[in-house]
Amino acid sequence: MAELKRTPLYDLHLDLGAKMVGFAGYDMPVQYRLGVMKEHLHCRAKAGLFDVSHMGQVILRGDGVAEALESLVPVDVAGLGEGRQRYAFFTNEQGGIEDDLMIANRGDHLFVVVNAACKEADVARMRAALEPRGIRVKLLENRALIALQGPGAEDVLAAHHPMVRDMAFMDVATVPLGGAECWVSRSGYTGEDGFEISVPNAAAESLARALLADDAVEPIGLGARDSLRLEGGLCLYGNDIDSGTTPVAAGLGWAIQKVRRAGGAREGGFPGAARVLAEFADAPAMRRVGLRPEGRAPMREGVGLFDAAEGGAQVGHVTSGGFGPSVGAPVAMGYVPSGLAAPGTSLWGEVRGKRLPVTVAALPFVPAGFKR
Amino acid sequence: MKFTEEHEWLDVGDDGIVTVGITGHAAEQLGDVVFVELPEVGAEVSKDDEIVVIESVKAASDILAPLDGEIVEVNDAIVDEPGKVNEDPEGDAWFFKLKVDDMSPMDDYMDAAAYKDFIAD
Repeated sequence: MAELKRTPLYDLHLDLGAKMVGFAGYDMPVQYRLGVMKEHLHCRAKAGLFDVSHMGQVILRGDGVAEALESLVPVDVAGLGEGRQRYAFFTNEQGGIEDDLMIANRGDHLFVVVNAACKEADVARMRAALEPRGIRVKLLENRALIALQGPGAEDVLAAHHPMVRDMAFMDVATVPLGGAECWVSRSGYTGEDGFEISVPNAAAESLARALLADDAVEPIGLGARDSLRLEGGLCLYGNDIDSGTTPVAAGLGWAIQKVRRAGGAREGGFPGAARVLAEFADAPAMRRVGLRPEGRAPMREGVGLFDAAEGGAQVGHVTSGGFGPSVGAPVAMGYVPSGLAAPGTSLWGEVRGKRLPVTVAALPFVPAGFKR
Repeated sequence: MKFTEEHEWLDVGDDGIVTVGITGHAAEQLGDVVFVELPEVGAEVSKDDEIVVIESVKAASDILAPLDGEIVEVNDAIVDEPGKVNEDPEGDAWFFKLKVDDMSPMDDYMDAAAYKDFIAD
């Protein structure tokens, strides 16, 4: 096995007492001294700091870059205003999702953030499709990425620069923080208000320490990051979405703007468009849903779902599941047939050979705290 | 008090009933406990049967019967409030009490000093 890579905040994690684990090729903090449950609750109550430097930060530059990127993603990139960011995904020829990403319009270029586990494949995909069209694709190795999430995040960051108060959900701006040029977006992956901050490697640790010096801020590991995004109804690539799941089945049809759908001015034109667009008209066979186990037993990834307490064939499966600290009960997401996807539908999940009742639930499990 | 390599503690009462729980070290390694499933009172269990399911925020694990015997009491308080396992694992958050058929395997389990060395490795 290859040696794990380290982010610029590695020494800080050790200083903060983190338990480190291998994740997508990086040595990352899974939890700090508070533990997963308290870190989760702290982030929802005040503010949490996450090292997400393992994710891929990519700059796309060149004439017609937005139109070119639209050949890989089914979202409206050309219509994305300067200083704005949008959620997207790369699709394959079968309409499956190859990765999900954020695209920001930073004026003279696009700034793209992709998942750590997919970043090499994503960069190769973008180079292959975009370089022949004169677009330069640059994976940044010189910047860290820090997320500051929670209802207290605005006050914490505004103490370092007041202009962040004027940013709305999915706005992006260049903000000087701790003497460094940071690229800030008002976004995150916890279901809370917050910011993601791209910071030069050399300034990353001092900025993180300055943010942590605020009493409202605790460091949050990957464990709580997972339970926070699960309660927020947000997909984890590789679990809830993958190369075999299509956007509409995954409940991500909202991310495909009308201009790219059937009848839109720039309809289709991305890999797998025929299948993806057809699913808006004809319901997909399976759909991603929220799931609330009725008992206390968590239903984790891989648990089979049935439409009867006894007998019958398996109808679906859990793709992410665990305990939701803010919900105070187990929560899960999974795929079920479209006919069983309505909230309130009673199903059974098989845990250790026993079928336990579970109810289809609306997502997210906790209301989003975004500043729109 | 005796300790198993599975991080259980075993306390033999004056009546010969063995109370079983998990060690503080185990509770810390598991992380926040969110679910506990205990055996039925009256169940006859054999050594190494998986008789308890414990789930933390991280994962599910089993607890094995440390000896042959009959379950005579279980601690429903940790089913109602699994977090007690993290708060007082070697006290109030015991798991079950066992009426033991054969005490001889107890000799193979560790004393406190040996367990301390075991978890230090």
